[in-house]
Amino acid sequence: MKVFRDLLRDYRFFWGFWILAMMLVFAGLSLFSPYDPTLWGEVPRDMRPSPQYWLGTDSNGQDIFWMATFAVRNSLTIALIAGLVSRVIAVTVGMVAGYLGGKSDRVLMFVSDSLLVIPLFLMIVLLAMLIRGSMNVVSLGLLLAIFGWAWDARLIRSQILSLRERDFTKTAVLSGAGTVRLVMNEYMPYATPLIFSTLINNMAWAIGLEITLAILGLLDLSIPTLGTMLYWAISYQAVLLGRWWWVLTPITLSILLFIALYWLSVSISEYLDPRRRVQRVGAA
Amino acid sequence: MFLRRYLIPRIIQYILVIFFGITAVFIIPRLLPNDPVLRTIGELRARGATLEPGAMDKIIADLTQMYGLEGSWFDQYIAFWQRLARGDLGVSFFQFPTPVATLIATALPWTVGLLLTTTILSWVFGNILGAFAGYYSGSRWSQVLDGVAMVIRPMPYYIFAFALLLLFAYAVRWFPVSGGARLGMQPSWNWAFIQSVLWHSFLPALSIVILGMAVWFQTMKLVVQSVVGESYVQYARLSGVTERKIVTRYVFRNALLPQITGLALSLGLIFSGALITEIVFSYPGLGTLLYRAIINGDYNLIMGITIFSIFAITTTVLIVDLIYPLFDPRIRYS
Repeated sequence: MKVFRDLLRDYRFFWGFWILAMMLVFAGLSLFSPYDPTLWGEVPRDMRPSPQYWLGTDSNGQDIFWMATFAVRNSLTIALIAGLVSRVIAVTVGMVAGYLGGKSDRVLMFVSDSLLVIPLFLMIVLLAMLIRGSMNVVSLGLLLAIFGWAWDARLIRSQILSLRERDFTKTAVLSGAGTVRLVMNEYMPYATPLIFSTLINNMAWAIGLEITLAILGLLDLSIPTLGTMLYWAISYQAVLLGRWWWVLTPITLSILLFIALYWLSVSISEYLDPRRRVQRVGAA
Repeated sequence: MFLRRYLIPRIIQYILVIFFGITAVFIIPRLLPNDPVLRTIGELRARGATLEPGAMDKIIADLTQMYGLEGSWFDQYIAFWQRLARGDLGVSFFQFPTPVATLIATALPWTVGLLLTTTILSWVFGNILGAFAGYYSGSRWSQVLDGVAMVIRPMPYYIFAFALLLLFAYAVRWFPVSGGARLGMQPSWNWAFIQSVLWHSFLPALSIVILGMAVWFQTMKLVVQSVVGESYVQYARLSGVTERKIVTRYVFRNALLPQITGLALSLGLIFSGALITEIVFSYPGLGTLLYRAIINGDYNLIMGITIFSIFAITTTVLIVDLIYPLFDPRIRYS
């Protein structure tokens, strides 16, 4: 709790936290939506924002406000699945490579380096084309998770490398702690904040890729996400036809989401760096 | 030592990444349920072409050969590499029978031109601003710039592109919001065409430059701030070196080193860095080509673009990695 209060003193954490909280509330509103997001023509097409349709309606005959609540919910779910599953991979790879070292380290780091060099985006596009029909919230989350761990595994590995050299590792090993217990009890507490900040970055990455793939038409387009809303707006040429409200809503929501995630992550990683923490919080 | 411990493993990795990457590109589309030959014929029919039964078999045979779908997977795989070695990426299914390599070659100058220019421009401007903001980090304008960078930095470039598009399509109509040049103009080296290209690429370029600047600004500011605190700067100041000399010779020069490395690394992105921005502005580069390929289900073209990018990006990164030590004598691969 003290950590949280310290963090809230940073304007970036403060705003990031509240914007994200508002986004969750907004996503929660989707449970009360009067319209079914999979149906078209529920409301008149192409209406400007008005008291009846707060954010207007689109050319598919859907209410943009309620669609947006589903979009935020789905985009966040995709990001959370991708983030959590890839954390499992990243932590496992990072810990094994960092703690065991030697041959397994070299092999694992070779794999992660290769993932970093290859143009992943296009590989994901090819794979997405393969399972185009069944690209739903869960499968997209898992697809992104398979590719999104490489850099974070490296970060976690380097932290484990430095922890391994500390005295308490020797103390623990000499007093008979097994590898699993050592890693879980001794290393995890140190690595947790780092894992958390990589999780936030990874979620931002996943939301970005979700939007990209959706704009390319590689998602199941009947699922409302921030990306599919933009896909429909592009394919109906909303900007050229003057339907700015259709583009403005998903863009504003995406911008807020990206800013909130970035600010949270910057704030947390500065907090992790004690020299900067002293500057901000004061020597306490 | 350098050779054995760094160079050789790095080159082996380069070759393996290309090998596995391209093998994956070969396998993935073959897992698809639909047959591209039958699809193409279906499309020909849908466009109203009537085919005689005899001509049909001939067309199927021709297409199968053309798409490299003859024989077992293994035969196809060998033939695939043989064709690649000749720089042959097959023909586009949709813009039949234009070779994929020709389509890429037409789109490439647009993409590379846009990204090379914007990468360099944002590097120059971002670093200049960042250097001064870091040196005068206590001042009001430096803090304002920092705040602006904090807001712009997290946005993906295409989201920012959309925001600019909305702004310039409705609020201020100064620049064209789509296309690469005026419709009907033929690419050539005359002034009218160049002018039209610059005019049309202004918005996509602006969106990339502003975002890029935010990134360079932030890192440069941090580096300069830390260099200013170094003891050799304080020593220089105490020994009466002029402020001007301290700034140019001691601070900026040292802060620039990591930025040059960063610039080299970001050059690896000039082939694939702004695909969606191109789509947003209908800019005729690789991104728009990819978009059309995906919409039309043109697997050969998508594969071609992917193979090209694997080669281009891994090669750029390899070159950058190998010339690192020339830039920064402090990095020695030991």
